[in-house]
Amino acid sequence: MTRDIDTSATSNGSAETVFRTRGLTKVYGGNGTAEVRALDGVDLDLPEGELVVLLGPSGSGKSTLLNIIGGLDHATSGQAWFRDRELTKMTDRQLTRYRRDHVGFVFQFYNLVASLTARENVALVTDVAADPMDPDEALDLVGLSGRMDHFPAQLSGGEQQRVAIARAIAKRPGVLLCDEPTGALDSKTGTAVLAALEQVNARFGTTTLVITHNAGIRKMAHRVIRFHDGRVAEIEQNAHRVSASEIEW
Amino acid sequence: MVMLHALDRKLLRDLWRLKAQSLAIALVLACGVAIFLTGLGMVRALEATLEDYYSRQNFAHVFASVRRAPLSVVQDVAEIDGVQTVEARVAGWVVLDLPGRAAPASGRVLSLPENGPLLNVPLLVDGRLPDPDAATEVAVTDRFARANGFSLGDRFSAIADGTRLDLQITGTLRSPEFIYTLPPGGLMPDDAGFGIIWMPERAAAATFGLTGAFNDLSVKLRRDARLAEVIDRVDAILAPWGGTGAHDRETQVSHSFIQAELNQLRSMSAVLPPIFFGIAAFLVNMVLGRIVALERAEIGLLKALGYRDSEIALHYLMLAVLVAAIGIGIGWGAGAWLSTGMSRLYARFFDFPWLVQPHDLDVYALAGLIGLISAGVGALRAAWVAARLAPAVAMAPPAPPSFRRGHMDRLARWLRLPQTAMMVLRGILRWPVRAAFTALGLSLGVSILVASNFMLDSLDAVIDTAFFKSNRQHATLVLAQEAGLDAVTDARHLPGVLAVEPQFDLPVTLHHGSRSKKLAITARMPGGDLARTLDVGNRHVPLPEKGIMLSEQLAAHLGVAPGDTVLVELSGTRSGEFHLPVAAVTRQYIGIGAYMQMDALAERLREGPRVTALNLWIDRAHLSELQAALKEMPMLATAVMLTDVRESFQDTISENVRINTVLFITISVLITVGVAYNGARIQLSERARELASLRILGFTRAEVSSILLGETAILALLAQPLGWAIGAWISWAMMAGFDSDLYRIPLVLTPANFANASLITLAAVTAAALLVRRRLDRADLVAVLKTRE
Ligand SMILES: Nc1ncnc2c1ncn2[C@@H]1O[C@H](COP(=O)(O)OP(=O)(O)OP(=O)(O)O)[C@@H](O)[C@H]1O
Ligand SMILES: [Mg+2]
Repeated sequence: MTRDIDTSATSNGSAETVFRTRGLTKVYGGNGTAEVRALDGVDLDLPEGELVVLLGPSGSGKSTLLNIIGGLDHATSGQAWFRDRELTKMTDRQLTRYRRDHVGFVFQFYNLVASLTARENVALVTDVAADPMDPDEALDLVGLSGRMDHFPAQLSGGEQQRVAIARAIAKRPGVLLCDEPTGALDSKTGTAVLAALEQVNARFGTTTLVITHNAGIRKMAHRVIRFHDGRVAEIEQNAHRVSASEIEW
Repeated sequence: MVMLHALDRKLLRDLWRLKAQSLAIALVLACGVAIFLTGLGMVRALEATLEDYYSRQNFAHVFASVRRAPLSVVQDVAEIDGVQTVEARVAGWVVLDLPGRAAPASGRVLSLPENGPLLNVPLLVDGRLPDPDAATEVAVTDRFARANGFSLGDRFSAIADGTRLDLQITGTLRSPEFIYTLPPGGLMPDDAGFGIIWMPERAAAATFGLTGAFNDLSVKLRRDARLAEVIDRVDAILAPWGGTGAHDRETQVSHSFIQAELNQLRSMSAVLPPIFFGIAAFLVNMVLGRIVALERAEIGLLKALGYRDSEIALHYLMLAVLVAAIGIGIGWGAGAWLSTGMSRLYARFFDFPWLVQPHDLDVYALAGLIGLISAGVGALRAAWVAARLAPAVAMAPPAPPSFRRGHMDRLARWLRLPQTAMMVLRGILRWPVRAAFTALGLSLGVSILVASNFMLDSLDAVIDTAFFKSNRQHATLVLAQEAGLDAVTDARHLPGVLAVEPQFDLPVTLHHGSRSKKLAITARMPGGDLARTLDVGNRHVPLPEKGIMLSEQLAAHLGVAPGDTVLVELSGTRSGEFHLPVAAVTRQYIGIGAYMQMDALAERLREGPRVTALNLWIDRAHLSELQAALKEMPMLATAVMLTDVRESFQDTISENVRINTVLFITISVLITVGVAYNGARIQLSERARELASLRILGFTRAEVSSILLGETAILALLAQPLGWAIGAWISWAMMAGFDSDLYRIPLVLTPANFANASLITLAAVTAAALLVRRRLDRADLVAVLKTRE
């Protein structure tokens, strides 16, 4: 597996915008219970092809943002676009279609189907995708060619998470959304998972959003967004990126 | 204020959270409790009532009829060892001409001994017994009087052998001999068309020409008597006087019908409740097993906090006990309601003076106890698992359930099954016992419907065969005495009669080896078109030219087949015996029968053809003229209007059918919904996370529910053939159980029966599945991501 970063796929400002949000707001609670403004007017433009790291204290709204732009949740107000389509106007049915066609998810708790083998978990997605990879190829990409016929119960946490990544990328999604993908892993397995993400971003130019609490991971990103109290506090572009294997935990 | 223990509060909250599932289980349990309660309660009530009624009114043990015997013979019978009391009566058939009723009715006249009856003592309902010296005073059955709107003092006419008697009602009675009454040739009680008429001894004897003699005998035995020996002795004593054979209570019409009903109740309360209790136990097991799996961490925590294993086991047992308590409560209520309904139904068919309600608190207690035990047994495994969980293990998240690849996988791959289908298949194979029990539970729902449909189809076949294919005559005239063939000519001249076919019923005992049967040989003219004998396929079997044709059942009883020979021993007015070859065997559903050609029988008897009954084909336009003529016809004992019998039979049947259909559909739907809903809910609970993950991956609601409900659907489909098979088996067992001399039922299993059973249960499964699907649709996707399990 190559560790070199192919910078040709990176955005340099002129690339198309994948996600755009204007005044995106999400309010939990209200009428009676205390109101929580999980997102408080987020304006954000994310260019195509980048690997973006989202940092911020617990409760600052990172997951909420990811869930809304991933089509899992509805905003309270404001707008969000995926390319030229307005997500905030879509019905549940359209959002399902959107997730199916364009989004790959990776979560902290791998969310694999226990009764399906690694290969079958990937096939679950490739069976219904328009232009998928071969499941074996996707598993190969994350370094799991030797574990294809294992059930989740027979895999380590890191391996399970890599199956989840293979499952997310196998349909060649437009974007890859990862919420604390290394949250449940030790540094060694975490590195392997990050390497897989980096590899996918580099090879296919898949826009990848990674939420993490590990500030060290920011070094592998093209762009780092810091969240605070439901708002974007700071956006920083990385001049010098470091490969996943060199990140310190 | 009572402080609830924290654990108890959790218990109540769990029960509330699981209310739909708990209710589904409780209803299944309630069904078991209610049926057990009703069945056993009614059996005990009927048994106690019979015993009480019989002993108070001195119901006889042995019954015999004779053509004409002098009263001195009574003493001979009284001297038989084991006999306690003997009573001789005069009995006879009369045609009744009732005011306001066009059709002739029939009556059974019984003499009232001068000093009051000793045996089969009727109970006075209203009025008084007739004066022993009065010639025209009678008492009648209470039901007959009420059905015809008679009051005390009303008059009606009875035609005994062509002589018209003008009778006045002095009282109404009911008797242990006639708790259930069948009119001659009828299949259902007919209160208006058939009555028992008690007449003073002297008047009765004069009417039937039996002064100083009797033709009906009742015998009460001592406790130590030997029934079979007494019957043989009675037969021997009565034979010279034209005895037609003594019999015990088992073949006494009223008693035997009550016994048949009791048997049916007994088998219902033996077969159905265990099914419900078993299913309830399985459901409790399944639901509690899942709860304990979900609450591993809580159990670990409780143990870490110092709760004892026994306290935790008890906590889960209590949940089952609460569910059982709800089910038992509902079951008690439903059982009480069902029992009332059953008593009312019995009151329609059976004429009991009172219904002894034995102290049935113990039946309630027993039903409750069995319900509790079933739920408890179901909870045992889960409670055991909870008690055995080590705190440290419990606190750690459970490993994902392990699946293995097997032969099915190769097959699935070869079939190119999609992954979603694999999830369903592996789910079934992962918990094969649970899947098998679920399928079994669903199949029981199917089989109950198959069995109940079978009863209806079978009755239909019986009616069709007995009334429309076999006995097609409009009316049957039963003669008071044997007549010659000129009776046929006379009948043909009655108004409205289009065709007449004679019939001769000869009382005999058939012997083959050591086996024997008392019955009447029915002789008819060859080529008869009204009353016919049929074979298995409802095809007409002509009467054999020589020899005798037996009903299947009778042939089996005697152990004979075509080609064998039976010995015919004459009874009644004739004596002697002769051998007859068995020429053929036929099928018949009601009663048993032996058939011959008239000429062949006459030849054996060395006399001319004789007639005891006439089958008529009538022009309905002249019905009222015929009815009027029949009321005046000499020698007529009764006129059976088969058209009316058919109608009343079908009315009664169709009402019973409605009650049965509602009852069994309810039962089956409760079972099916209970099993399907709980099964799907548990799958939802186990798979909620997986399914939400699939939704996140972009699977639609429909796709995701097809995975969730796929297992239920497959098991429901597998349950169909299994249910058909079990249902067919139950039907077969019912058919075998019903087999008696009174009637038997054919095994009719039609595709429509199976289709109907499957349609109803599959609809119930679908409804249960949709309820669960609604929950899945409401599942919060984002919430799933935040928790591990
Ligand atoms: N379903 C909910 N109901 C009420 N409040 C919620 C809900 N989900 C999230 N919140 C609140 O919204 C805010 C943002 O939550 P979010 O999950 O986006 O935070 P986060 O940045 O992802 O935090 P973490 O790093 O801990 O995962 C928090 O204050 C949280 O308490
Ligand atoms: Mg988060």
